[in-house]
Amino acid sequence: MSKNTIQKRNSHSARLAKSPTGIAGLDEISEGGLPCGRPTLLCGSAGCGKTLLAMEFLVRGVTEFGERGVFVSFEESANELAENVQSLGFDLKKLVTQKKIFLDHVIIERSEIEETGDYNLEGLFIRLDYAVKQIGAKRVVLDTLEALFGGLSNEALIRAELRRLFRWLKVRKLTAIITGERGEKSLTRYGLEEYVADCVILLDHQVADQITTRRLRIVKYRGSLHGTNEYPFLITSQGFSVLPITSLGLNYPVSTRRLSTGNEELDGMLGGKGFFRGTSVLVTGTPGTGKTSIGTQLVDAACGRGERAIIFAYEESQEQIIRNQQSVGIDLRPWLRRGLLQIHAVRPTVYGIERHLVEMYDRTRNFSPHIVFMDPINNLSVTNKPNELQTALIRLIDFFKERGITAVFTQLQPMSEPEAMLGVSSLMDTWLELRNEEDEGVFRRTLFIRKSRGMAHATQRREFKITARGVELESPIASPRRDGRKEFVTL
Amino acid sequence: MKQRSTRPRAASAAAATVWWLRLYVAGRTPKATEALANLKRICETRLPGRYRIEVVDLVKNPALATADQILALPTLVRKQPPPARKIIGDLSSERRVMAGLDLLTT
Repeated sequence: MSKNTIQKRNSHSARLAKSPTGIAGLDEISEGGLPCGRPTLLCGSAGCGKTLLAMEFLVRGVTEFGERGVFVSFEESANELAENVQSLGFDLKKLVTQKKIFLDHVIIERSEIEETGDYNLEGLFIRLDYAVKQIGAKRVVLDTLEALFGGLSNEALIRAELRRLFRWLKVRKLTAIITGERGEKSLTRYGLEEYVADCVILLDHQVADQITTRRLRIVKYRGSLHGTNEYPFLITSQGFSVLPITSLGLNYPVSTRRLSTGNEELDGMLGGKGFFRGTSVLVTGTPGTGKTSIGTQLVDAACGRGERAIIFAYEESQEQIIRNQQSVGIDLRPWLRRGLLQIHAVRPTVYGIERHLVEMYDRTRNFSPHIVFMDPINNLSVTNKPNELQTALIRLIDFFKERGITAVFTQLQPMSEPEAMLGVSSLMDTWLELRNEEDEGVFRRTLFIRKSRGMAHATQRREFKITARGVELESPIASPRRDGRKEFVTL
Repeated sequence: MKQRSTRPRAASAAAATVWWLRLYVAGRTPKATEALANLKRICETRLPGRYRIEVVDLVKNPALATADQILALPTLVRKQPPPARKIIGDLSSERRVMAGLDLLTT
């Protein structure tokens, strides 16, 4: 989402000041970021990414928003932290040297400490205050405060001091993230949520069919609108990436410009001019109906006009695609050579759908194509969760539409039940249905425009051939009906 | 003479050195004053002429809190003899202070 959109949204909920995190996706679902000048509780089980998220919040605070930050670590040492976030491309040591981030490693060794009589945790406050003043910090991370409970025996005292600490942070208007370990019955093991009332974020990871999906949910956000769903997130080489499912709403620019399909006849069926640019196109069909050829033809035509295109192939390798398309008269090699075309071929099962999405986002952002062709979308979702593919597609389509990219998706219909759809057609602006129909011992390929929003499109099923010159539509023909009778249609 | 030879070696070494005790406080609070008074009393009885007490006020020198990993206040750190030991609280229980400083054997 562009910065403008975020700002526009902020004006709606301007009552509560927010500190943007700069973390991809998180600012969208939190409608602008974390509560400014207040503590946010970040909880989750071990290894779910709390420390990394908190650190990214600090690093981006410095690099993107000019706000310095203090990281108080109760677990990892400064060196360990620096090493861990290096994988996200953050040079923590440099930021520390530049006095933009202050790291304080608090070690509590219970075995070394004898408790006798009354005490308080003023030492922690003094250290925090010192760190904040040293660099003029606006952001603070405490990771994880619950270590106090393990290190000191007087729980009532710790609780009283925590209450004081959160007040202390608020009075100083520090935007803080406090992390907490997930408890069995409560959000955190020691019930930190009862102290942090403003914003609570929960991280989680689930393993389904051997593929891990990390999820983020805003449990509560006082005084603010926020997305309430569980949002998948990834830890990528560029940091966190939360994938808001419908972050954009439906407010992207709409184009009236058209995009030729690369086939005059097919353009003719689509109101004479082809698809609308920036829309989504679904091509469905049973195996061998020519879905890939229809899509490749479009890509070939686009590259021929000097436009850029990406093919995301989930069944064939790059070489296979090139060879197979040559047989139907489409040569993709010049476009690859000239840098107009990228083919990204990967087995869908290699990783979960979330990582595929991020991969697509990254490549699309880097290459800014005019057209994206995904072939096919079926295998993207290898788990049995029925809505997974649909929600992923909603996100993808939003993403492409926002950028005015025309996206073509193929979907394989199983032979056994050719009508079985995975409920994605409603998301598409145009739906081309391909069939292999047997007519007295001869298989004929037919094409039918099930829908095409916003244009007067042909309504008859057309036979087509795939020849050495590509896809060729026959003139309007007799269409075999299910009852075996024949019906002739005319243009 | 016989009695001395049965003592643990560490304790006999400790008995020979000057005890260097550092008390971390935050300002001259009643708690800090009480802790210092308690400490002085224990040292006078247990380590007469063999101790040195250094009071560090973290309000004046906040940067000093990190080196000894100070969190709770007051905190007493045994700097000498090694190993370093820590006692937190107002030092009101003499027995626990002795245990914490490992003074019970001397």
